[in-house]
Amino acid sequence: MSTETQHDLNIDRSVGDFSYDVEYAYDAGVGLTEATIDYISDVKGDPDWVRAFRKEGYRKFLEKPMPTNWATKDLDNIVFENIRYYLAQGQQPKRSWDEVPDEVKETFERLGIPEQERKFLAGVEAQFDSEAAYSNIKAAVGEQGVIFVGSTEGLKEHPEIFKKWFGKVIPSGDNKFSALNSAVFSGGSFIYVPPGVKVKHPLQAYFRINAQNFGQFERTLIIADEGAEVMYMEGCTAPKFETATLHSAVVELVALKGAKIQYVTVQNWSSNVFNLVTKRGVAHEDAEIKWIDCNIGSRLTMKYPGVVMKGEGARGEVVSIALSGDGQHQDTGAKMIHAADNTTSNIISKSISLGTGRATYRGMVHVPKHLKGCKNNTECDALLINTNSRTDTYPAITVRGQGNAVQHEASVSQISAEQIFYMQQRGLSEGAAMSLAVNGFVNDLVQQFPMEYSVELKRLIDLEMEGSVG
Amino acid sequence: MSTLSIRDLHASIGDKPILKGLTLDIPKGEVHAIMGKNGAGKSTLAKIMAGHPDYTVTGGDVLLDGESILGMEPDVRARLGLFLAFQYPMEIPGVTIANFIRAALQARLPEGQELEAVDYYQKLYAKMDALEVPRNFTSRSVNEGFSGGEKKRCEILQMAMLEPSYAVLDETDSGLDIDALKIVSAGVNALRGPNIGMLVITHYQRLLDYIVPDKVHVMSEGRIIHSGDKDLALKLEAEGYDWVEKEFGAKAA
Ligand SMILES: Nc1ncnc2c1ncn2[C@@H]1O[C@H](COP(=O)(O)OP(=O)(O)OP(=O)(O)O)[C@@H](O)[C@H]1O
Ligand SMILES: [Mg+2]
Repeated sequence: MSTETQHDLNIDRSVGDFSYDVEYAYDAGVGLTEATIDYISDVKGDPDWVRAFRKEGYRKFLEKPMPTNWATKDLDNIVFENIRYYLAQGQQPKRSWDEVPDEVKETFERLGIPEQERKFLAGVEAQFDSEAAYSNIKAAVGEQGVIFVGSTEGLKEHPEIFKKWFGKVIPSGDNKFSALNSAVFSGGSFIYVPPGVKVKHPLQAYFRINAQNFGQFERTLIIADEGAEVMYMEGCTAPKFETATLHSAVVELVALKGAKIQYVTVQNWSSNVFNLVTKRGVAHEDAEIKWIDCNIGSRLTMKYPGVVMKGEGARGEVVSIALSGDGQHQDTGAKMIHAADNTTSNIISKSISLGTGRATYRGMVHVPKHLKGCKNNTECDALLINTNSRTDTYPAITVRGQGNAVQHEASVSQISAEQIFYMQQRGLSEGAAMSLAVNGFVNDLVQQFPMEYSVELKRLIDLEMEGSVG
Repeated sequence: MSTLSIRDLHASIGDKPILKGLTLDIPKGEVHAIMGKNGAGKSTLAKIMAGHPDYTVTGGDVLLDGESILGMEPDVRARLGLFLAFQYPMEIPGVTIANFIRAALQARLPEGQELEAVDYYQKLYAKMDALEVPRNFTSRSVNEGFSGGEKKRCEILQMAMLEPSYAVLDETDSGLDIDALKIVSAGVNALRGPNIGMLVITHYQRLLDYIVPDKVHVMSEGRIIHSGDKDLALKLEAEGYDWVEKEFGAKAA
């Protein structure tokens, strides 16, 4: 690992900055054509309807323009012909820890997952490259009738549930990248929680990218049946490579009447990754969907988790933390679509920009005219670590009709030299002082993450901050 | 050489000289007071000793137990045992007092050694009780929304927890009501002893009734122009600064 300059925060990062030689059993080559899609479908043994779904996605991908009319032009630097769209180590998800390749175990080791957290791995669905390398559902979860498998297995083994919801929350033509994902998706999780089942332990998955120029296209579908509750945790730590890497996931959530889904993400991408994600959930009557999202690193992240509140009394929430280091751009936000009376949404977004890092908040809150008793609260706070940093806020709130309440607050703040001096006077190094102040800024949000993630988060912020000073 | 020693210190901000040859020795075990008009340079002296980056030292030296600290980062000086109770303490949003002091103590431990949490809280609560800081303050953000007096009390709480070998208290009495002044003074007096040297900056002799100084110095235009015992403070209070400046300021100039 080199430590040449401090210009690129990632250079100083020891977490995730590594890769192992892995023999790829299946490789679709470089670039994307209809033949690539057939190859993927053949290798994966897709049912015909999936093959057709992929091809439709591919057509829409070609049709759709790049969203550079509103988003950054940096998107034009993605060279689709140079990307590998499919790589898998093996076809069958591994069943037990013993069967997991040592390289993969070593990867977890390097991620620094604390000992007490490893026990979680017993119930973990972990993705190594495009296929789930390890999948072992805790007995307890299985007994409750919970299905927790890779998406490939899900669509084959549980077509009756899978087909009903797949591609319904996010149609393949939603945007260029959801279309791309629809064409080449591989990996990701499928979860079904039967009515009334409350899953005690968070279900967890680790995603990594481990091949140069390798696009990763997970597809996750989570369905919580009536009155069910589940928390899903997704964490990413990518190795650093010289050339750009594309990550474009699609995540669909369905919370049926009275159900609750919490989807937690902690991402720590290296600064060459394009992370263009489409995440949306549909909340039926009295259901609740909450996205808890932390984005650190990447060259460009575009992610606006959304909730469509379809049933009366539904609730949607997005809690997000974005940290953009030098040269990085976090373009994140939330979409709240109120589609029934008495629905409530809450957006809390905090961004931190360092050096030339850039944070953009885009919010969309939509309450149509005919609805009554809808509420939205939006708070977005930006913290600038130095004068080069840039932050933009684009809240788009369309609320029509009477009796709907919207509240919007935004702030931009800085950590002053006087604050740092004060903390240094107490014995903290400049880097530690910076970390403490940044952790303070996001503290109220970090507390919403599950314990083991909040610890990891704090460590990631420390690493970024320590790299950012002298 | 158990002394905090300021030798002929010259310092400026931009090209404006503020300290103009200041010399002062604070041996361990003693409490010295500095008094002087607004703008005399008292806070500047405190900040320069602590290593504030805005000021440039143009001459002289500051020695902590014989070692020059001027080239050191502020945090290194702090870990060597120098503490500054700020005239205007900063707010650190989202960082609780408990976590802040804990991080400061942790920074003093060798790498790999963890602060013992139970002992820490025991000590913290004991010191808070003594300073009559409500216990629920541990979960409040550092200085955020604190009243002037609460901020000052919190500075002394930090000092009590960090156990410095030299402490500079910059107008810790300002903003305190009479009862708080007594409590804070008692807190400071409890820390007095052979292992600490203190420099107390104040405008009011009243504080010195509670924290009785070994020496009182008068600062004017970036220098110490006159020193005496605690009676000097009484005289300054009664007669103001004009007579000292006339008598001693002119003489030295
Ligand atoms: N950052 C700064 N920029 C410009 N001038 C400064 C700065 N800091 C201090 N000064 C000036 O230096 C002089 C000394 O200020 P200092 O705060 O040290 O005074 P003081 O003796 O502590 O006063 P007080 O009793 O009012 O607290 C003042 O004239 C002040 O305006
Ligand atoms: Mg002052």
